[in-house]
Amino acid sequence: MNRFTRGLAVAVGVALAATLVAALLELPAAAVYLPGAVAQHLAQSGVEHPVTAVLLNFRGWDTLLEVAVLLLALLTLLTLRGSEAPVAEVEAEPLLQGLARKALPLIILMAGYLFWAGAYRPGGAFQAGAVLAAGAVLLHLAGLLPAWAVPGRLLRLGLILGFLVFLAVAAGLLGQGALLQYPPALAGNLILLIEAGLTLSLGLVLAGLFLFVTGRQA
Amino acid sequence: MLMLAFDGLLVLALLWSAWRCLASTDLSRAVVMFIVFGLLMALAWARLDAPDIALAEAAIGAGLTGALLLDALGALRSRREGRDAPRETP
Amino acid sequence: MSTGLLYALSGVGLFMLGAVGVIVLAHLMRKVLAFNVMGSGAFLVLVGLAQRTGQPDPVPQAMVLTGIVVAVAATALALGLARALHARTGGVTLTQGEDGD
Repeated sequence: MNRFTRGLAVAVGVALAATLVAALLELPAAAVYLPGAVAQHLAQSGVEHPVTAVLLNFRGWDTLLEVAVLLLALLTLLTLRGSEAPVAEVEAEPLLQGLARKALPLIILMAGYLFWAGAYRPGGAFQAGAVLAAGAVLLHLAGLLPAWAVPGRLLRLGLILGFLVFLAVAAGLLGQGALLQYPPALAGNLILLIEAGLTLSLGLVLAGLFLFVTGRQA
Repeated sequence: MLMLAFDGLLVLALLWSAWRCLASTDLSRAVVMFIVFGLLMALAWARLDAPDIALAEAAIGAGLTGALLLDALGALRSRREGRDAPRETP
Repeated sequence: MSTGLLYALSGVGLFMLGAVGVIVLAHLMRKVLAFNVMGSGAFLVLVGLAQRTGQPDPVPQAMVLTGIVVAVAATALALGLARALHARTGGVTLTQGEDGD
């Protein structure tokens, strides 16, 4: 890339930013007050935390598709990597291993707490899954968990379980009229069921994004 | 007033760390600056009354993405060094 | 100026930094970093703009939460592609044969 195109890119970027800033400052107030609408329907959503209500009830199909996108990314990654077994085994460091062993129960406890707290306060399947995945990465870096080769039957099931549970609930509720419209009486339990599946699967998928790839040449 | 000053400093730190991440000549330094940027983003989410995003950003944006980037950096480097090595030895 | 608007404006700055970075930087890992900075800027605009009145808004917050998770998947995929390219050609840029730095 020569100096001219580089300068052009910077100039266009600055112009874009200036336009955006001007637009942001002139923007009229929103016509629809979404926080009010969420608060109004929160009682029927089955959970008490508004973000979880939006994520798994009001806009549940967004989340359903997002989980599908995650699986798709993982599948593509699995087809990309070379077929040979992982080469580099991580050297075991006693101090790190001790720390990882001590931290693991706390990490699992924290993931469980986040999963359960999602219904009432900040937390939920996404954060819990991320913490689980971080725990798996920590275990790998400490040399306690080898990189994943070809996923076996159990791991495959774990990877797609959350998506399958979500899809089954969506299919079961098709009679309700709209996609993923829970009956208010069941909403809390259904969301808990979906979140349980999602916590496990998101943890495995996010860990897989690292563990299926690391230690390989390609 | 104090919070406004904090917001101003945080915004400057965000922009500065993003700039250092993209402009640094050393790639491993760029990755480290990106992790710093992720942690600052988590702070910004907390200031925006979004603790859910702050939690996810701290675990994913800084933690998991950082691990992914460092791992990829190692892979891209090791192969290149392996390929360059024979040329350097007489 | 409200807190939300301040962060939305800084989000514009980050978006621009990232967008220029994606175009200008040649190394694929730098492109991935710039792409992530760009995404963070977009997220800040999304949430900050919705909350410029000072009220927390759960709808963009939930959208950004899913966005962050998708961003990490996209990052992992992009890095996987960069690794595959590197394994096959030995290069780390898309402009091979030119003055890619």
